[in-house]
Amino acid sequence: MTAQFIIDASFIVATLLFVYGLKRMSSPVTARSGIVVAGVGMIVAVAASFLYIADVNPKAEPFLTTNITLAVIALAVGLGWAWWSGKKVAMTEMPQMVALYNGMGGGAAAAIAAIELFGHKAHGDIILGMAVLGGVIGAVSLSGSMIAWAKLDGRVNGVWRFPGLQAVNGLILLTILGIGAWTVYQGGNVGPELITAFFVLSLVYGVMMAMPIGGADMPVVISLFNAFTGLAVGFEGYVIGNPALMVAGMVVGSAGTLLTLLMAKAMNRSVSNVLFSNFGATGGEEQGEIKGSMKPVDAGDAGINMRYASKVIIAPGYGLAVAQAQHKLFEFVKLLQDAGVEVKFAIHPVAGRMPGHMNVLLAEAGVPYDIIYDMEDINNEFKEADVAIVIGANDTVNPAARTNKSSPIYGMPILNVDMAKQVYVVKRGQGKGYSGVENELFFQDNTNMVYGDAQKVMVQMIQAVKSLDGGGH
Amino acid sequence: MDATTAITGFVALYIFMLAAFTGYEIIGRVPSILHTPLMSGSNFIHGIVVVGALWALVNASSTLEQAIGFFGVLLGAGNAAGGYVVTERMLEMFKPSDKKKG
Repeated sequence: MTAQFIIDASFIVATLLFVYGLKRMSSPVTARSGIVVAGVGMIVAVAASFLYIADVNPKAEPFLTTNITLAVIALAVGLGWAWWSGKKVAMTEMPQMVALYNGMGGGAAAAIAAIELFGHKAHGDIILGMAVLGGVIGAVSLSGSMIAWAKLDGRVNGVWRFPGLQAVNGLILLTILGIGAWTVYQGGNVGPELITAFFVLSLVYGVMMAMPIGGADMPVVISLFNAFTGLAVGFEGYVIGNPALMVAGMVVGSAGTLLTLLMAKAMNRSVSNVLFSNFGATGGEEQGEIKGSMKPVDAGDAGINMRYASKVIIAPGYGLAVAQAQHKLFEFVKLLQDAGVEVKFAIHPVAGRMPGHMNVLLAEAGVPYDIIYDMEDINNEFKEADVAIVIGANDTVNPAARTNKSSPIYGMPILNVDMAKQVYVVKRGQGKGYSGVENELFFQDNTNMVYGDAQKVMVQMIQAVKSLDGGGH
Repeated sequence: MDATTAITGFVALYIFMLAAFTGYEIIGRVPSILHTPLMSGSNFIHGIVVVGALWALVNASSTLEQAIGFFGVLLGAGNAAGGYVVTERMLEMFKPSDKKKG
């Protein structure tokens, strides 16, 4: 068997394991094994790629020893750093970590394109075209993901935009595509200055694309960059004649695109809206008068009231995770369950920082996934619930999205917590949500506000219920 | 690249088309509770780019190519390893209710 045969066969096996692994990841029951299956595929592919040494381009032979040394160092450092950082990151910071790793993948794809273009290795219109496209997409994904990471990590704040930004961006993109087209037209025979300009401008474009986007929209953008990286990897796979990269890249490209659309839909935003306009920037403050007042209530009283309810639905938001109150919340839920109360969690598609993020945060606290329900599955149950409790969520429970046509969030699907017989809202203060819109729910007759840090509130509720049941543990 | 391994344009289109369809089908039926781990999982899958970067680095024939290839492998390895670790950590936590107590 030749080395090439072993490489090809290993890549087929790896590709099969990737697709099968992804498939298994699509159900909570088999998901864990899915990532392990895909991981085995990756090990097979990386191990087999060392056989590339057996058959190198004659021009590269004098460099081979250095190349192998560099490869081993790069693999060890990249793997070691990523493993360490991935193990220590907190679950609340997961979205920015995904952004960071994703950007690295985009950078790797751009690096392949750069070697092909600088080294004049790519020939033929289609191959050059793919190299150029993969290069720009990969580079945009790299710098854009870095900005997304920095923003979610709180390293870069604020929304950065100026009049004419779209025009400047359009001009940059046109220049990039112009250089790319020229490169293809010239059969790849262009000077290093032009290729450098091509990549620098692509990186700049990624920054300019991500900088104007606010934190609330960032998950959509990360998902979009994830799809970008997939596409870039697929294109570069074609350039270097590696079908495993083509398949894996394109699977992620399409899956990521669909996921991006699903997320945008859940937020009632179109992808172009996210990218090119500022949320609520022109909404103004004229949102109509809201009748009623906010009625504060003691946390203990609210807890006891829930103890005597027969059905309680919990609507958690990112505020819950910020306060690190998931574990206390679950402790409280178990108390209620022991008292015979039926408790369910209702998850809005964009609760947390990206779809499914809240499920991860609840899972971390040990909440079993079979009492956690998606919005569509539970929205009709709110009217049968004695109590709905909102913890650290705001815009996702604002009834204005259903009723108030002038509201910037009008039309966004929401959890119907306002239909429960009694609503408690646990909240730090009287501030508005991420969208900056006042929440009518807080002023409803059947709503009471429990002010305070979510974790402290949960402790008070636990104590109140425990003392009620005789103080025993 | 070279003639023996080249994939013609149309074969490439077939591969891309079927792969895109596969990705669409897999994500389309996923419950939204798994969207974050799945995004992270698909992020891991494109970490396969490290293999392409390895090929490019092994075949590098100038200092510039070596430098770019080094960063390519470094970044690709980070993508693959990081994507795996965070996905595995998230999925490990998904557990059903305890088998009915009593």
